[in-house]
Amino acid sequence: MAVTLQVNGATRTLDVPPRMTLADALRTQLSLTGTHLGCEHGVCGACTVLVDGAAVRSCLMLTVQAEGSSVTTVEGLSLPEGLTPLQQSFKKHHALQCGFCTPGMITTAHALLTHEANADEARVREVISGNLCRCTGYVPIIEAILDARAAYGAGET
Amino acid sequence: MNPRPNAYVGAPIERVEDYRFLRGEGTYVADLARADSFHAVILRSPVAHGVIRRIDASEALGMLGVRAVITAAEIGERPKIPLRQTIIPEGEPYYQPVIATGHVRYVGEPIAVVVAQSAALAEDALEHIALEIDPLPVVAGTQAALADETLLFEASGTNKTVVFHARCGDADAAFATAPYVRRERFKIQRHTALPMEPRGLFAEWKDEAGQLIVWGAAKVPFFNRALLARMLGLDKAQVEMMEVDVGGGFGARGEFYPEDFLIPFAAFHVGGSVAWSEDRREHLIAMNHAREMEADVEIACASDGMVLGLRGNVDVDTGAYVRTNGFTPPRNVAQFMSGPYRVPNIHVSATVLVTNKTPAGTYRGPGRYESAFCFERLLDHAAADLGVDRAEIRRRNLVSEAEMPYPLAPMGHADNMTQTRCDGGAYAELMDNCLAAFGWEEKLALNGKLIDGRHHGIALGNYIEGGASGPSEAARMDLEADGSVSLYVGSSGLGQGVETILIQIAADALEIPMERLRIFHGSTTLVKQGYGSFHSRSTVMGGNAVVLAATALKDALRATAAARHGCAAEDVCVSDGLVHVPGRPALGFVAFGAERISVERDFFNTTLTYSYGAHAAHVAVDPKTGHVEVLDYLAVDDVGRVINPLTLHGQVIGALVQGLGSTFLEELRYDEDGQALTGSLADYLLPTASDFPHLRAHSLELRACPNNPLGVKGAGEGGLISVGGVIANAIAAAFPGLDLKPNQLPLSPERVWGLIAEAKASKKRAA
Repeated sequence: MAVTLQVNGATRTLDVPPRMTLADALRTQLSLTGTHLGCEHGVCGACTVLVDGAAVRSCLMLTVQAEGSSVTTVEGLSLPEGLTPLQQSFKKHHALQCGFCTPGMITTAHALLTHEANADEARVREVISGNLCRCTGYVPIIEAILDARAAYGAGET
Repeated sequence: MNPRPNAYVGAPIERVEDYRFLRGEGTYVADLARADSFHAVILRSPVAHGVIRRIDASEALGMLGVRAVITAAEIGERPKIPLRQTIIPEGEPYYQPVIATGHVRYVGEPIAVVVAQSAALAEDALEHIALEIDPLPVVAGTQAALADETLLFEASGTNKTVVFHARCGDADAAFATAPYVRRERFKIQRHTALPMEPRGLFAEWKDEAGQLIVWGAAKVPFFNRALLARMLGLDKAQVEMMEVDVGGGFGARGEFYPEDFLIPFAAFHVGGSVAWSEDRREHLIAMNHAREMEADVEIACASDGMVLGLRGNVDVDTGAYVRTNGFTPPRNVAQFMSGPYRVPNIHVSATVLVTNKTPAGTYRGPGRYESAFCFERLLDHAAADLGVDRAEIRRRNLVSEAEMPYPLAPMGHADNMTQTRCDGGAYAELMDNCLAAFGWEEKLALNGKLIDGRHHGIALGNYIEGGASGPSEAARMDLEADGSVSLYVGSSGLGQGVETILIQIAADALEIPMERLRIFHGSTTLVKQGYGSFHSRSTVMGGNAVVLAATALKDALRATAAARHGCAAEDVCVSDGLVHVPGRPALGFVAFGAERISVERDFFNTTLTYSYGAHAAHVAVDPKTGHVEVLDYLAVDDVGRVINPLTLHGQVIGALVQGLGSTFLEELRYDEDGQALTGSLADYLLPTASDFPHLRAHSLELRACPNNPLGVKGAGEGGLISVGGVIANAIAAAFPGLDLKPNQLPLSPERVWGLIAEAKASKKRAA
């Protein structure tokens, strides 16, 4: 089936089987391998992407459902060179180890702070509790996101 | 002003790995499949124990896009997967074949591999393989295994594979005369490492070159290469293992699993490249399980709380086969039961039993988490029974510095740790430091108090963590044309930050900026012989190998400069990243870039390192729901010289939360038919960001390791070793009026609620 959508700002038309998930289409058809598959049943959050600005599990969405949508992956949230303030904050706080859950953390945190630049610690914990990380124990991830709030509030993102 | 020689080591350097990971540019094994690659899926046994009567793949083979279906028949002679480190002959009858024929012994055992143009098409075809299995009676746990009525391996005659013994002094004599003895049973549940990246492999057979390349190596690529080559009848030189980014290891990833034969075989079979990624349900039934054991152990003490003896047995449920590292947890649970404590008379055995479940292996702190749970509980029982303060009983029994190096109870089976010794440290000083930082004295006022409907409890514990397995590790340094240095190491990256650590060490040793070093690791093409990353060894073994290589590179630069300028090598000085020849302007490394200088060195080590630490926790227990909140948890450790405090802190907090998951949440359940009930992350509960927010970790550098030039010890596992014992003790301490025995994990709300109800009922009966 032909599906037309925006991916990281570019219009793409894909020819996909109806059963192909958005995650698989991003990874295999568009080689956007920053979106990771950790469980394929919507629990771990590693595959989180932004669909029309909302954090969405791309393993639970079929590609055909994204027709006409604007999809942003971790690659689309990255600068041509260097790190965004949110990525920089993750590096500073050592908020990643193996890096596998990290793209989902970045997309989820970006969606949160874009809408709620003043989110308090409890709110950040609540939202990030939908994304699993096995390495960090979450403590530095929460610190990194809280520390990145200023950049979102100041519109530097 | 150059701040050398310690510009990088000891500083909280941000990691070099992070840039690619944060931008989504990491390369994990599932990212490698090419358009012309085939994809494999694996048909796994749906029953726990049975005899395969028929496998008919003819329909599947005719389906769209299917290239091959591989069963035992296609493989021919089926190799078995051996123990990796010490070969203990008793294990051999229980080795796992790479694919099932005849019998299946656990839900998840590989029966066939379907190779097709996409994973989806392969899964479609898998549904059309006709499989008939006659069920056999199931050995669902250690009690059934011990009965030996149903055998997993008829030829062996028993489900008991081996019994490990840790012995010192005369335990029976000590127990016969001790004024105080207490015996308890403890149970630790089956759970697993569960890295966020499921396992995967990408294998390519290049027919014209006679070369097999396997991507997705981790942990022990050199061992796996040698084993795979032998199994396939290839020369070692025909097989290369390539490491890419790895989404977490924790002891379980990178061991040789059946798939580590099947996927390369599939590539060989179809003459091309084959990609395989397990899904999460497969992961939960196929990757090594861990920790399931039941202990019946007793402690003997003098009336002042001095421990006189430790005795008992641990039944270890190792699942259906003895895997590559399946004997490590049981040998550890026996040898490390005494932890950092002085116990003069010990006889602890570990009985390793096969059952119809997924085979078990190591998970971070193998055998240590389990044994610390048992022994710290026994210590709190003894303290309460004898009226000795819980901190004081530990202080009295911790091994003192004067006793170092302190020998642990020797093991009955010969292995490289038979005669291991604690290498040094200020155990009691560290514990007191932990108690002060925790606010033990102030928090004692809350212990046992009912506040706003919740019971408060505090507890503490101590541990040692082994590291630095030998025999050696390799590092090679090549001076490049632009004067930069390429560093090749046999250590592998598992997400723990090994690149940053080893570059820090290399940059300091060469006295050059980190930016002038590039590191390559984990692949068998890089150094002649490497061993990999396990047993907290990479900082010690890899780090010291880097120091040796750096020294050799400086020597080579001196010799080269001396030859060029006609002076003696000893007159040439290499410092601050420059080569100083007497009477000449200093030269940068780039002046020697055309000389193709390459050095490779091995660091050999036979003494293990022992990091140590103390944990303290404050919990609040809601008696109405059984919910336990961790109000404060402090982990204090001494890992010798700290290379990078930022990544070390990350290791400790990360391990701590894994330990809390083991203690409160995680469990792989089976029913009485051996059917796996935990098939998704909705069933298998991992800690989330909202579960344990109040965690602290301090690393003290009290004593450098005496046994290696860098003074470092293995680290990264200690954060979880004490957690089970400390949390259970805190819960028990919250109810001073009740005989609460949290001796079984996990301490789920349901279990804690039940314990409280049971203890209250028993108190009422007594009254």
